[in-house]
Amino acid sequence: MSDLTQPVIATPAPAKIRSQWWDVWAQFRTHKGAVFGLGFLIFITLFVAIGPWLWTVEPGKLDIRNKDVRPIYQVLFDSNAKVSWNHPMGTDNLGRDIMANIMQGGRISLAVGWTAMILAVFIGTLVGVLAGYFRKADGLLMRFTDLVLALPLLPLLLVMMLLFRDPLRASFGPENGIFILIVVGIGITSWMQTARIVRGDVMALKEREFVLAARSIGTPSRRIITRHLLPNVLSPIMVSATLGLATAIITESALSFLGLGFPSDFPTWGKILFDSVDRMTAFPERVIWPGLAISLTVLAVNYIGDGLRDALDPKIRGL
Amino acid sequence: MLIYTFRRLLISIPTLLFIAFVIFMLLELAPGDPMAQMPLTIPPEVKEKMRIALGLGEPWYVRFPLWLKQFFIVEPQYWIDSAFGTNFADGKQRIISFQSRSPVFDVIAQRLPQTLWVVGMSYVVGVLIALPIGIISAYRQYSVFDQAGTFVSMIGFSVPPFFSGVLLIVIFSVQLGWLPSIYDTTLVVRDWATFKQQLMQMVMPVMVLALQTTATVSRYMRASMLDNLSQDYVRTARAKGMTESVVVMKHVLRNSMIPVVTVIALGIPAIFGGAIITEQIFKVNGLGQLLILALQGSDIPMVMTITFLLAVLIVFMNLIADVLYGILDPRIRYE
Repeated sequence: MSDLTQPVIATPAPAKIRSQWWDVWAQFRTHKGAVFGLGFLIFITLFVAIGPWLWTVEPGKLDIRNKDVRPIYQVLFDSNAKVSWNHPMGTDNLGRDIMANIMQGGRISLAVGWTAMILAVFIGTLVGVLAGYFRKADGLLMRFTDLVLALPLLPLLLVMMLLFRDPLRASFGPENGIFILIVVGIGITSWMQTARIVRGDVMALKEREFVLAARSIGTPSRRIITRHLLPNVLSPIMVSATLGLATAIITESALSFLGLGFPSDFPTWGKILFDSVDRMTAFPERVIWPGLAISLTVLAVNYIGDGLRDALDPKIRGL
Repeated sequence: MLIYTFRRLLISIPTLLFIAFVIFMLLELAPGDPMAQMPLTIPPEVKEKMRIALGLGEPWYVRFPLWLKQFFIVEPQYWIDSAFGTNFADGKQRIISFQSRSPVFDVIAQRLPQTLWVVGMSYVVGVLIALPIGIISAYRQYSVFDQAGTFVSMIGFSVPPFFSGVLLIVIFSVQLGWLPSIYDTTLVVRDWATFKQQLMQMVMPVMVLALQTTATVSRYMRASMLDNLSQDYVRTARAKGMTESVVVMKHVLRNSMIPVVTVIALGIPAIFGGAIITEQIFKVNGLGQLLILALQGSDIPMVMTITFLLAVLIVFMNLIADVLYGILDPRIRYE
């Protein structure tokens, strides 16, 4: 990252030489919500990544004798409640442990979120840079972006899920097929904002003197883009990446909630929520655990995005 | 301005045609078959006849213009006929649903009022809540109210409707028993008791959708107010000795509303999308539920028509937002 240390704007020389990223981190730390969000995101990532090794109950294991176990805190309200330390978050109507399912579901939900976000940001950055840098491509690419923005995305996503589910499942297996479908579906329907932001920034940047200087010594376009333009548009890309992660997680859960996501023996947070809605009058906790997991993760990511936006803006940094 | 509006309307025609084509080809290329649900005992030649009866016998380049003709020419003719008692349509073929074998637009007309009631009401409520929150948050920046308002809008962004809706049902229907969890669309408001019942069943779906609207609109309102509060004309107004309420509510608010109005216009299609999920939770038999049912039944004409109507709404609202921007801010001139 040493090539990123060139300051975006001229700053008075600091008393101590520090890297740009250290400044960003110092500013980021002053945003309480962002620090809390980062902490929670790390916690939930560790919970779903390492959790299954410590909590070795298999998520799909049926244990019909121990079905409908309530979560452990239920004993506080009702001493006759069916609780067990073996299942601290309770079990569902087939005796599957809810904690193990939340961990397994979180793995899928977060994996879908990250992959779809990376795909969307990649497409968005590519389109944005091409449109902003090459004037010939601009009209065509931006018209295309506007067209995609005018599509009703959620219905189209639902159509895609329903129609391409079976062939992909047949060729890549039930889990991988749906995973690819959902990631690609979310990725190709959420790159437009990134593309617009990146295009605007690239258009402004390429008129600046340092790009002119680079061009005057014969730097090819490819190098100007990778060495000079991309590092300077990194901050808006990072901010839109956090927003993209949040929307990707919500979209995946929404698809699962509408019954068009992963198959039912394959838990994700949205799927667990969807499966529990029918019995939520008797067992509200089964709805609340996955719902809380989704909401808190998305809240954390949104706060990180807020903090990053402040931290990466050199105009307000250090205030 | 008029010329600009006219030109934008002209541009939106190829846009809409392209969108219709994308949706049509997506449905066409997809391997799903509307005959897949039929019993296997039906002989192949009968199945082929059924396909032709559904209008699937022709290739796509015949059916796509046919659908366009039905959507843009035949259906409006039927509307005019039913409104004025004329006979333009002359018994021409309408767009027919595969599932119910009735005209798609008749089914949509049955479902539309429920969706419009819930969605429209929630949008109005959401905007009405959001505007004061945004104004006060900006005027008292970094106060407790501002912090709380920002937090609430953050929650509105983060909590998905399928969780907030379910949470409301758990709290208000299951634990407290105050509100019904299912939206009863057969209810006819006749007297005070049924009006109260209607109000009770609308509270939760409206609040769920309104939370999303409030989150977006109040954020924009706050940012826009903050931009304007630090401008020179505000200092001038204060220096002239105008009261604080006139400065904020007249000078600043009017100027801040310009971007917010466009955000409000642009948000209308998004809330129709959100209604798909909300209707599923509260069992409202509106357009969103119709779309889900049509998807599950491979009812291609229905899916095509509803999705395209949503696209028309998006394109139209974009146009309105742009035109409004020009009307509200005389500095903006479209050439």
